Amino acid sequence: MRLADQDLGTKQVNNTRIVTLEINGETVSAPAGTSIMRAAEEAGIPIPKLCATDSLDAFGSCRMCLVQIDGKPGFVSSCTQPVQQDLRVVTQNDDIARLRRGVMELYISDHPLDCLTCAANGDCELQDVAGQVGLRDVRYAGGSNHANDPIDKSNPYFNYDPSKCIVCSRCVRACEEVQGTFALTIDGRGFASRVATGAEDFFASECVSCGACVQACPTATLMEKSVIDHGVPDRSIVTTCAYCGVGCSFKAEMKGEQVVRMMPWKDGKANHGHSCVKGRFAWGYANHQDRITEPMIRNGITDQWQTVSWDEAIQFAANRLSRIQEEHGRFSIGGITSSRCTNEEVWVVQKMIRAAFNNNNVDTCARVCHSPTGYGLKQTFGTSAGTQHFDSVTEADVIMIIGANPTDAHPVFASQIKRRVREGAKLIVIDPRQIDLVRSAHIEASHHLPLLPGTNVPMMNAFAHVLVTEGLLDESFVQERCDLESFNAWREFAAQEENSPFAVAKITGVPEEEIRLAAHLFATAGNGAIYYGLGVTEHSQGSTMVMAMANLAMATGNIGRMGVGVNPLRGQNNVQGSCDMGSFPHELPGYRSVTDDAARGEFDRHWGVPLHNEPGLRIPNMLDEACAGTFKGLYIQGEDIAQSDPNTLHVEAALTSMECVIVQDLFLNETAKFAHVFLPGTSFLEKDGTFINAERRINRVRPVMKTQTGMAEWEVTQALANAMGYDMNYSTSAEIMDEIAELTPSFTGVSFDFLDEHGSVQWPCNAGAPEGTPIMHVDGFVRGKGLFILTDYQPTSETANRKFPLLLTTGRILSQYNVGAQTRRTENVRWLEEDVLEIHPADAEMRGIRNGDWVSIKSRIGEITLRADISERVAVGVVYTTFHHPMTGTNVVTTELSDWATECPEYKVTAVEISPANHRSAWQEKFISRRDQQIDLLPVE
Amino acid sequence: MNNPAHIIEPYKDQTGGTISALRALVLAQGYIRDVDQHAVAELFNISQAEVRGIVSFYSDLRTNPPANKIIQVCQAEACQATGCRPLTATLENRLDIAMGESTPDNEFALESVYCLGHCANGPTAMIDDTVYTNLSSADADSLINGKPDTAPTEIVETDNRLIFNRCGRVDPLDFDAYRADGGFSTAPTSSESVLAEIRSSGLRGRGGAGFPAHIKWQTVADQPKNQKYIVCNADEGDSGTFADRLIMEGDPFLLIEGMAVAAGAVGASKGFIYLRSEYPEAAGILTEALQIARREGALNEIFDIELFIGAGAYICGEETSLLESLEGKRGIIRAKPPLPAIEGLFGKPTLVHNVITLCSVPWIIKNGGEAYRRFGVGDSTGTMPFQLSGNVKRGGLVELPFGMPLGEFIDAYGGGTRSGRPVKAVQVGGPLGAYLSREQLGTPLTYEAMAAIGAGIGHGGIVVFDDTVDLIEQARYAFAFCEHESCGKCTPCRIGSVRGRELMEDIQQSGCTKEKLILVKDLCEVMEKTSLCQMGGMTPIPVESAIRHFPGDFGLEQ
Repeated sequence: MRLADQDLGTKQVNNTRIVTLEINGETVSAPAGTSIMRAAEEAGIPIPKLCATDSLDAFGSCRMCLVQIDGKPGFVSSCTQPVQQDLRVVTQNDDIARLRRGVMELYISDHPLDCLTCAANGDCELQDVAGQVGLRDVRYAGGSNHANDPIDKSNPYFNYDPSKCIVCSRCVRACEEVQGTFALTIDGRGFASRVATGAEDFFASECVSCGACVQACPTATLMEKSVIDHGVPDRSIVTTCAYCGVGCSFKAEMKGEQVVRMMPWKDGKANHGHSCVKGRFAWGYANHQDRITEPMIRNGITDQWQTVSWDEAIQFAANRLSRIQEEHGRFSIGGITSSRCTNEEVWVVQKMIRAAFNNNNVDTCARVCHSPTGYGLKQTFGTSAGTQHFDSVTEADVIMIIGANPTDAHPVFASQIKRRVREGAKLIVIDPRQIDLVRSAHIEASHHLPLLPGTNVPMMNAFAHVLVTEGLLDESFVQERCDLESFNAWREFAAQEENSPFAVAKITGVPEEEIRLAAHLFATAGNGAIYYGLGVTEHSQGSTMVMAMANLAMATGNIGRMGVGVNPLRGQNNVQGSCDMGSFPHELPGYRSVTDDAARGEFDRHWGVPLHNEPGLRIPNMLDEACAGTFKGLYIQGEDIAQSDPNTLHVEAALTSMECVIVQDLFLNETAKFAHVFLPGTSFLEKDGTFINAERRINRVRPVMKTQTGMAEWEVTQALANAMGYDMNYSTSAEIMDEIAELTPSFTGVSFDFLDEHGSVQWPCNAGAPEGTPIMHVDGFVRGKGLFILTDYQPTSETANRKFPLLLTTGRILSQYNVGAQTRRTENVRWLEEDVLEIHPADAEMRGIRNGDWVSIKSRIGEITLRADISERVAVGVVYTTFHHPMTGTNVVTTELSDWATECPEYKVTAVEISPANHRSAWQEKFISRRDQQIDLLPVE
Repeated sequence: MNNPAHIIEPYKDQTGGTISALRALVLAQGYIRDVDQHAVAELFNISQAEVRGIVSFYSDLRTNPPANKIIQVCQAEACQATGCRPLTATLENRLDIAMGESTPDNEFALESVYCLGHCANGPTAMIDDTVYTNLSSADADSLINGKPDTAPTEIVETDNRLIFNRCGRVDPLDFDAYRADGGFSTAPTSSESVLAEIRSSGLRGRGGAGFPAHIKWQTVADQPKNQKYIVCNADEGDSGTFADRLIMEGDPFLLIEGMAVAAGAVGASKGFIYLRSEYPEAAGILTEALQIARREGALNEIFDIELFIGAGAYICGEETSLLESLEGKRGIIRAKPPLPAIEGLFGKPTLVHNVITLCSVPWIIKNGGEAYRRFGVGDSTGTMPFQLSGNVKRGGLVELPFGMPLGEFIDAYGGGTRSGRPVKAVQVGGPLGAYLSREQLGTPLTYEAMAAIGAGIGHGGIVVFDDTVDLIEQARYAFAFCEHESCGKCTPCRIGSVRGRELMEDIQQSGCTKEKLILVKDLCEVMEKTSLCQMGGMTPIPVESAIRHFPGDFGLEQ
């Protein structure tokens, strides 16, 4: 059984005109524009091919696919020849067979004959086609060849062996057409032609290790090291990547219980067979030696950990939590659900908190990322989610990226954006930093507005001002679809002089004319699509900004069809799902208020206990109350608040003051250093459930290996709930989904069976939309009429001043993921061994800082030390860093300020001063000693 | 060294600017450094890999410091016929380096080139953009130390110089004289009437394929009104041909007028002349002629022409490769369909024609297609500038109506071999043309008659060899040339050319056997029938004709 999916050779063509032709005497129909090759393959007539693959444009170089056409002289390549009405095609006869053998003989005359020991043996298209054409003899002996070309092993995940290259250019074309990086070329010409990067080797080159080239390679030329080590996989299981919110579908290719490689799934609707370095290659953490697979408990956080049985650990945790509630009251404990876990796992945790803890003290890591999205889009449109599916971008005419860095954080969708831009769509980037989408090979934003951190809202208001004052509104859309009273108020507000580009230029630091031109472009270029990230939400006016963008989209009529919309680029694999599952203290699943008696009553009935009717504590409130001594116990599922949440010192103080901190995770993360109970978690390769990506797509996560801990995470949560006296008895995660569907109106049509049959579905999926909902608000807004909300600019109190003259903003890079718990435990660390501070040359020079120097970053909250990376990517006055390494302590300097509506932290703006340093900061010194101490406290093997 | 940014900046928004910028770097600095490649990537917003791909594709784009004096010796057929091999051997001997090497002090380098367009006066060599002709081994020292003489190519007087009527007789840049001779004087004619004249003239593309011009024109004209282009293929790379060079140097306004008329007929607003870099003199004259034409209003906002200089790649004479190159990329072949007439330069409808085809247009429009048709024979209508070179007493350009028998032509205009030895072989139609034997000299010079014996007119080059020629070596050379110039995209050409050369070398070293000949024949069939373009597809023609017409050379029975 071949591992590879059927490859139809060339891309599908969407054309309503169908032509009929004859292939080998059979009548075949295909949409006009389809290649003869694809038409034949679809009709079950295989044609040998090497350079053709259905993810790339036809190329016509290998000459294996030649066919004959009645009335045409000679032989034509079927990959490049479109079907025509009444054509008569012959794909096989003696002449064709002889010529194909002749071409194959040439190929093999420059190819090592080491099939039996080759890593691609059994998974090699060259080998297959040589068999198909019946090559029996290679008569060219001992001529020039590439047998001794050296192998490039520089990339940690794959090798490049030029001796096996057949110069089909599939890798080069995949890098261009699919990934859009253009990191590969053919070097030289004629016989000397070889695949090459623009640098010494792959690692030093522009290559982003997305794996598209390796996937496209028909031979062992570009080959995963894992396949070289373990051999060709023998089976595969379709599952979903557990990194970012794109939610790529992968085939986990297995050999026994061993994952050999992760191959992006062609039929995955979010990724269409593409991947990035994280999903494709950075899964080795699942078997990393740091993984803890047995439960541990301890009395105090300076005590030795003890490895115990599951029963003992759960009983220990239950006893402590119950005792705390007895001593400090029902509201003294709570929990945090994880956006890294499945919907089913999250559901059970929030249910445990609401039903077994009997309070609403549940929150989720979305608090610190996209809570303003949920709030803002619900207020304006009526739904706490993005409006589009990813494929919508294929019809966008102007794409506006705000506070997001898709090529690093959402790479697979970034490739789709880049493809659309190469097709001619315009691009506007609003970001303090010069991200790759501002300018990189074949991509150039029409406008980059490098605004000062914290000035998003006035920037959007200036856009609104231009629309309103220059007559660029879509009046008929607004009249028909929106709440007119709110619109009129908004129009008046937008027209105010304080929102003019002239006024806003002074606030944002972006020239007036640039703002005006960008606003014009957005309003006039056709379909306008807004994509945004945490650079929008993680501000004191994060929710305001979300609503400002929603206003803009409504005012320009860019809602409710292909190519438009307001789209959060969700950070985590299941941040949408964890929010949908009722992870917020004020909302039950499906975003229904806990104060809504009817909704709550439904849960009361199903769950058999009366739920509390008041909102519970948010994470920041829990931490504040912990410091105040009134909050004592916390169950933390797969989140590392000690590294990820702002104001680390405060988080540490809160954790230290609690009596029962339960951490459920793969690794002894930073938070676990303050924990009393460690419940080992499962990696996505062990999970059975669903994730929901940024486009509301519910994807199946399937276990490809047994849990290394002996228990699924939901089973652990269920056991704890049971131990605390609340009865839960799911026997499979499918049963949990059934309950989700029963209790959540937008999920009523969803079940594992449905997903297994359909592949995936976008919610709402219910009686009104049995096949799901790719685009929201098509016929009207979910809330009825779209609501305009006034977006007054309230500057953050965190402003640059004499003492802290620079603004620090933070983000991520391609190779690392958030707190790095996973990616740091893979070869991806080769691309980022430590976090660095980007600083503009002028700011660096003023402070006597050279590239690579240690520098101190000091805010009013704390101080850390990093190495300087002098770069013009940041503007004067702005510095930037990442937070992937715990010792960096980025959040030691970020402040307690947060979004007014949702308390999403203001990570993106911290006033700091930078100065040369010669040692690590006090916090970092303490971090090291605590790390060493806590490692000593681990049980000895 | 200069800041590369200043050198390349002027090319930023030019069509094919990447290649022009890289050429400019070579001209300014002698070679291209890594930092230059980075600067080009940055300026044009392409990847470093793409720049590497471009640099490594074109022979002119050197990446190593060049020798002080580079002697480029033509190694193509016309010069072979007149002794470039002994000249090369002498130079190698004197400098104690092999072809392609530099002396240890980097004072001298020897480089192969394939045709400098002075075939009628071979052997030829070029130093610093100056071509030296009629060389022999005796000139080796003066090539190394001084400057030998240069002879101009003769344009032979004939009765029917429709294209070359003014060439060689007038000041090429005298616009008033061109106008006085009737140039640019035709009253505006409708697109339909121009197309009709081209159709009735029976004009066929002079680049080599002989495809009826009016079909291309009509196809481009029929495309929806939008951006369309006209591209003049002046990448005259075939050895033994120099008609394009002569007309561009001698009567550049004729080409400009031909392009303007064609552009008007098909609806193109922009034209490009893709000129090979081996023609520096033509480049200078065309540059000036374009400026004059603009000044005089013959080129204007409705239609203008840009001159683009290639960077050393024979394959760019193939129209799709040329278009890729003009877009500033590696000149690899595009699969057809789509035809350039439908999706050509930057995906827009593009009329691509050879220089001589376009230079035939003004006469046709002024005198009518029917008048043109009266010249020539059958479907080989009009006149052809035949280019006679190789081992002849008197080479040059002879414009004649199609139809004169080949042998008669050689006798009438060549005046016998230069060596005084008997003619053994004649290669017609460039490096991809057939080697014909004495027995075939009665064949008339028409498309049809040549096709009937497995040969072709090509671009009108006729190279004569005396009886010292070794056809195994010529067959080996045919493969070697293909190996050197293959773009590398398709397998039969990329690998087949190498295997063919190796087979011929094997035959040279250890004799010909039946098995070897079968393999050569099989290889030729694969290359001919499966290659993506005519480079690989026609390389078997000289090889197979050599074997078929000169079996004795291969040790086969005559």
